[in-house]
Amino acid sequence: MRATCWVAPLKVEVRDVPDPTILNSRDAIVRITSTAICGSDLHLLNGYVPAMQTGDILGHEFMGEVVEVGKGVDRSRLKVGDRVVVPFPIACGACAMCRVELYAGCENSNPNAGFAEKLFGHPTAGIYGYSHLTGGYAGGQAEYARVPFAGVGPLVIESDLTDEQVLFLSDILPTGYMGAEWCDIQDGDIVAVWGAGPVGQLAADSARVLGAEQVIVIDKEPYRLTMAADQGYATLNFDKVDVRSALLELTGGRGPDKCIDAVGLEATHGSLPIAAYDKAKQLARLESERPHALRQAIVSCRPGGIVSVIGVYGGVVDKFPTGAWMNKGLTLKAGQCHAHRYMRPLLGMIERGELDPTRVITHTLPLEQAPHGYDIFKNKKDSCEKVVLKT
Amino acid sequence: MTSETGWTNSAASRSAGPTWTTVEIAADIGAAATTSRVSRPGRRGRIRVAGPGRSAVLPAPVISEAIAPPFGPAPPSLLSTRGGRRRIARWYAGAVHRAAKSRDLAGLPRAVPGEDRSVPAGDTLESSMELRATTTVHKEPLEVYEFWRRLDNLPSFMAHLDDVRTTGDRTSHWTATAPFGRTVEWDAETTEDLPGERIAWRSTGDADVENAGSVQFVRAPGGRGTEVHVTIRYDLPGGKLGELVARYFGEEPHQALDDDLRRFKQVLETGEVVRSDGAPYGKRARKEFPQRPAQPMSPTELAEVDE
Repeated sequence: MRATCWVAPLKVEVRDVPDPTILNSRDAIVRITSTAICGSDLHLLNGYVPAMQTGDILGHEFMGEVVEVGKGVDRSRLKVGDRVVVPFPIACGACAMCRVELYAGCENSNPNAGFAEKLFGHPTAGIYGYSHLTGGYAGGQAEYARVPFAGVGPLVIESDLTDEQVLFLSDILPTGYMGAEWCDIQDGDIVAVWGAGPVGQLAADSARVLGAEQVIVIDKEPYRLTMAADQGYATLNFDKVDVRSALLELTGGRGPDKCIDAVGLEATHGSLPIAAYDKAKQLARLESERPHALRQAIVSCRPGGIVSVIGVYGGVVDKFPTGAWMNKGLTLKAGQCHAHRYMRPLLGMIERGELDPTRVITHTLPLEQAPHGYDIFKNKKDSCEKVVLKT
Repeated sequence: MTSETGWTNSAASRSAGPTWTTVEIAADIGAAATTSRVSRPGRRGRIRVAGPGRSAVLPAPVISEAIAPPFGPAPPSLLSTRGGRRRIARWYAGAVHRAAKSRDLAGLPRAVPGEDRSVPAGDTLESSMELRATTTVHKEPLEVYEFWRRLDNLPSFMAHLDDVRTTGDRTSHWTATAPFGRTVEWDAETTEDLPGERIAWRSTGDADVENAGSVQFVRAPGGRGTEVHVTIRYDLPGGKLGELVARYFGEEPHQALDDDLRRFKQVLETGEVVRSDGAPYGKRARKEFPQRPAQPMSPTELAEVDE
């Protein structure tokens, strides 16, 4: 089959690789119809996620048709011919974490648990196409994928919704929604979202659906801010304004009640010296992240507020504003999305027209053009917001 | 999953601390610490063990990584050029890999700078090594106990074991893969058997590597199943074999038992050992890295892995 492979930092290629086979009895094989490039794939592309190997197949947002199921798969849950969206974390459904719906903390799905444990203290769930740190599973930017624990994760789509309408149930919609849900939005709450990429946009939509009085979106790309403004959100360009002052102005001096970091470890910063400071420290490995968005969210959030982190981090940061966090009594919540938990309710919201994730799609390309898709997405060329790949 | 490793009778015995400190400390000392690296005695360091009479030192692989900053030397270039970034990213991947391979700075027995590291020629002192590991399995204590009690189940998750055969009411015969392709066999007897609570065993007769162990099953709080606490002690023989065994366990003495228990949990909770494209070997994986790429195996590779 053809598959998008990581070759080296800044280099991906579509290559011929063997077709996947059943390795565990609870596996299924899915023929992929649509898949997408995620912002977090750019961290892999740029070489900021450890334990990538040449030939690793990328991609953790995919859907398609079930073409084979292992003998251990519960046929009442999944059978050949089903049209499915596959959640990006791999979860066994049987361990203590899965039983309390903390699927991204699955205790059994990461065969490289020993390695993950050394970095994080505990292993976390396997993830498709997301380095050997999360298990070394082949990803879904390919024609076929092996799906472990197939009776647990894949959501069967029975309605006639298009691929584009449901594809993002695999990651960015549940991730954005979880970020907003963690904000525990109350009447009158103003929610600020750092990052107007696909996850930030869908987090803002989710905050609106969950009852936010106002949503403020912060980025520096004019086309991305326009996309947010078109939804009725206030926008701030951090290249043009001082974010904290602008937030105070927009909130009557109170500061946003709730803040969502949808940026993660490769943030850029409006202040050149600060950006250069963190970039240099990151390159010197004195810190592994550039946490501007997170720092700014913590400093900007009103006392007693919630800072919800769905942007990806992987290591350690410098100058974490512990003083602001502690003295203002902020609640910090973070995590990879427990996608399984949100897929079905969100499907209902898509069916009822309450959420329309297709609005973030700017480019639909054939799988063969995946490297081009990575280029325009990474470099924000051609007003690229979200790339869908078709097989 | 936590584990502890002790070299009994040894001042160097320590318990494993939180291993993420490796990363934290690496971040603090980073490139600046490269000047304080300890010189490496080749690729080998020493693990200190003690025998009767006086202490001795056995060779063990790659100790110096625990002392040197785990992230190693500074990246090749700080330039933010395209080429520079590429090299740095590659360096980073390697650095984290090195950190993962090294041990926690406070967690494991290691050589202490300045101490005598010499090995007297022909030293044949005996020593013993105790490994402890624990996990929690989301099953009732009796069910977990019963799975372990059926000794022929053990090879399905314990990497070293090829076969365990019940030979009598309380006796069994064990076959295991030893370092460098050797096979060792021994008879064992069950010394304690409390259903749902505890099993203990020890080797009998003239075992190559005398060993004893116990597993305790404790109901976990909050309806979370059963805590499984395993302790295994190996009495390392003197001479060449003891040295080989020590070296076999040397780098990560606790890792093998940790991985065994991870698979034990997988088998009980999900029915089998979990495999990925990068790590498809199941219990035959001797180490996590390097792995094959995260892409499907060719039919030839598949046949090799499944054989």
